[in-house]
Amino acid sequence: MVTGAQNHQGEILIKDVTKIYDPEGVHVVAMKDCSFDIAAGEFAVIVGPSGCGKTTLLNAIAGFDTITSGEIYLDGELISSRDRQIKPDVERMVVFQNGALFPWKTVMENVIYGPVVQKRMKKREAVDAAREMLHQVGLNGIEDKYPEELSSGVQRRVEILRALINKPKVVMLDEPFRGLDAVAKTVMHEFLMDIFCESPRTMFFITHDLDEAIFLGSKVIIMTTRPAQVKKIVHVDLPWPREHHVLGSKIYLDLKREVLEAVHEEAKKAFEAGEREMA
Amino acid sequence: MEMIQELRLKREFKKVFNIRVIRGFLSIVMFVVLWQLVVFIKVPYLENLPYPKDVAAGAADAAGSRTYWFGWGISLVRIFVGFIMAQLIGIPLGLAMGISRTFKDFTFPVFEMLRPIPPIAWIPLAILFWPTRELSIYFLVFIGAFFIIVINVIQGVSNISVSLKWAASSLGARPKHIFWRILVPGSLPSIITGMTVGMGVTWNVLIAAEMIAGQGGLGRMTWEAYTNNNIPFIVVGMVSIGVAGYLCSTLVRWLGEKAMPWKKRF
Amino acid sequence: MISRFKARVTDPQLLRALIGILVFVSLWYLFTAVLNLPRFRLIPNPVAVLKDWFSLTPASGRSIFTKVYYLDIAYSVGRTLTAFAAATILGVSLGLLMGWSRTFYDFTFPVVETLRPMPPLSWIPLAILILPGVEIAVVYITFIAAFFATVLNTLLGVFSIDKNYFLAARCLGSKPKDVFVNVIVPGSLPFIFTGLQIGMGISWMSLVAGEIIAGKQGLGYAIYEGYFLYQFEHVISYMFTLGILGYMSSAGIRAAGRKLMAWESRRRGA
Repeated sequence: MVTGAQNHQGEILIKDVTKIYDPEGVHVVAMKDCSFDIAAGEFAVIVGPSGCGKTTLLNAIAGFDTITSGEIYLDGELISSRDRQIKPDVERMVVFQNGALFPWKTVMENVIYGPVVQKRMKKREAVDAAREMLHQVGLNGIEDKYPEELSSGVQRRVEILRALINKPKVVMLDEPFRGLDAVAKTVMHEFLMDIFCESPRTMFFITHDLDEAIFLGSKVIIMTTRPAQVKKIVHVDLPWPREHHVLGSKIYLDLKREVLEAVHEEAKKAFEAGEREMA
Repeated sequence: MEMIQELRLKREFKKVFNIRVIRGFLSIVMFVVLWQLVVFIKVPYLENLPYPKDVAAGAADAAGSRTYWFGWGISLVRIFVGFIMAQLIGIPLGLAMGISRTFKDFTFPVFEMLRPIPPIAWIPLAILFWPTRELSIYFLVFIGAFFIIVINVIQGVSNISVSLKWAASSLGARPKHIFWRILVPGSLPSIITGMTVGMGVTWNVLIAAEMIAGQGGLGRMTWEAYTNNNIPFIVVGMVSIGVAGYLCSTLVRWLGEKAMPWKKRF
Repeated sequence: MISRFKARVTDPQLLRALIGILVFVSLWYLFTAVLNLPRFRLIPNPVAVLKDWFSLTPASGRSIFTKVYYLDIAYSVGRTLTAFAAATILGVSLGLLMGWSRTFYDFTFPVVETLRPMPPLSWIPLAILILPGVEIAVVYITFIAAFFATVLNTLLGVFSIDKNYFLAARCLGSKPKDVFVNVIVPGSLPFIFTGLQIGMGISWMSLVAGEIIAGKQGLGYAIYEGYFLYQFEHVISYMFTLGILGYMSSAGIRAAGRKLMAWESRRRGA
């Protein structure tokens, strides 16, 4: 059973986080007193209606934006609060929704970008490491291709590798597989699953796809509508590594029912509040 | 709730004492100071520039002179006549070329051959052809804006997604409808872009035409200031031309926004 | 092989293009040489133009067989290229810096925006007065025109870059210098090249005006001289020469763009 990563690296504590947007005087309380923990090496999946602040948390942890009040800790260190906001860094990597592979760099140049630019590895070392990673996941012969020459599924996997080669403490994925067809998604899930089991690290995974959430996650955190708070945390007690036949098992179906009910309740509330799709 | 108050206060404060606005203001001040300095200490070549205060005095004179404002009027009329003619002929032509492959095949090569010829190079030809100077100036302004609008319209039509046209067809639209309800509004953004860029170019062409061949107008006035060695007024002329051009471009852009209410938010 | 040749020659698009050009030239000929319409009286007919352009002893002294023709071309092209090169180097650098550093932008943008709307050709009197020599004045005016267009397009290019690329670069540990080299420069290249093409067109426009007003040699100057000397054939052949040069320079820029932006041309078909 896969538990925490070595040295308790990547433990996230979120305490009473509140985020208020105030554009042009229309103040929007996106999140209010939201609290939960993610243990080191845990695969946490966040689901909830659109606009419920999932991205707020990701932005704060990653270092892209601030929070209005509350505290976020990473391995005991305060990384985000009202007065302090840490800047983006390699230890907290992000994989973006619509993909952010540099279109003007080849696959190889993209993957080795992190280590080379941080001067952690010499170029040759990095190329070898990257080649090894690509080979391990079966993505051969694409080194010198540009991202736009490849299918979305391949692009997404390369982007994940680009993040992982830096050995981050936390990997944050913002609906990375959104827009891929169901068949491609199964390949992505297997891919991510293999990588996670091979070298576990904390995952902060945002999605709308409930099957995906339960299949991948060790726990599913369901958020309420605005102002966002934790509605329910569902622990997924399925054995690792997860296989696809588990999607038909009774445990799975029970979990799904639980998650679905909670999400549906909040979705109705959101609809009634006339939420505009923020995504 | 004090948090919201704080946020609000911060925002109001930032609006006025915005560090960015301050920097901008400072940069203009620095520019004028630098200008004054450069002339004062007689930097080679730049020493012939007029002092800022002389230019300001010249501007005050101009504002009071009737000839000056007549100059504005003359130039503006020329711009509008030439520009509007270019749109009246160019937009339908561009639409035709964008819609009908056959038509484009016949006309585009000739069009592309004539397009790279700088409008100014047409001056002698224009003078030869048109009976009056004024008409030849209108023609030159027309040439300036014409090629630009046609190219933009062609691109605009080709940008309209095929699915839009198919959706309209399947909803039962007749060709006439597709033209007026889909193609024209769909190519509006490109039309507006073509008009905005064209407006900038026409000012350029007009000024040159006036300097070379024209009677009256802001370009002519600036040139005459040069021949009369009235240097401060040269600068006044330049700035007036810039302001006039800016006003016209803003007008076109404003019209554009009015014509495309659906483009409001994003 | 023959069938390919046949296909090429009878390609409908090519045929139509030729017909279109033929119609244009025929109408021109009709209006000038045949019908001698009042307006068109002074305008030379296409045959006369071609004769003069390709003659060994042209009346105007300027044909493809004369040295003067190439001298004129050399002057004009030399001036345009000098001005264009300066405008590109300075304009792109300024645009990139303004896009990269907000502080720099705040200090430079107001001045740029105030100077930009002034039509380049309105600078002529001032430039002649201040700059040493007419040659520099003409090049300067061409430069100014292309410069502002380049700065603007470069800036637009930087602003067009998806914000996520910047965020991803920072996550991956980039310092500001790395962001500049790895995101800003390549990301704005498409816009920069569009801007360069526009700048090239503008350069030619301003150059010709500058030559007419102030120059001593070159295509623009010769056109004007021809007009004064009633040698209209070479006015038209020179106009076409300008057109050809303009087209070739834009094509050159497009080719350079395709080389530098290999990733754009290798996109997967949609």
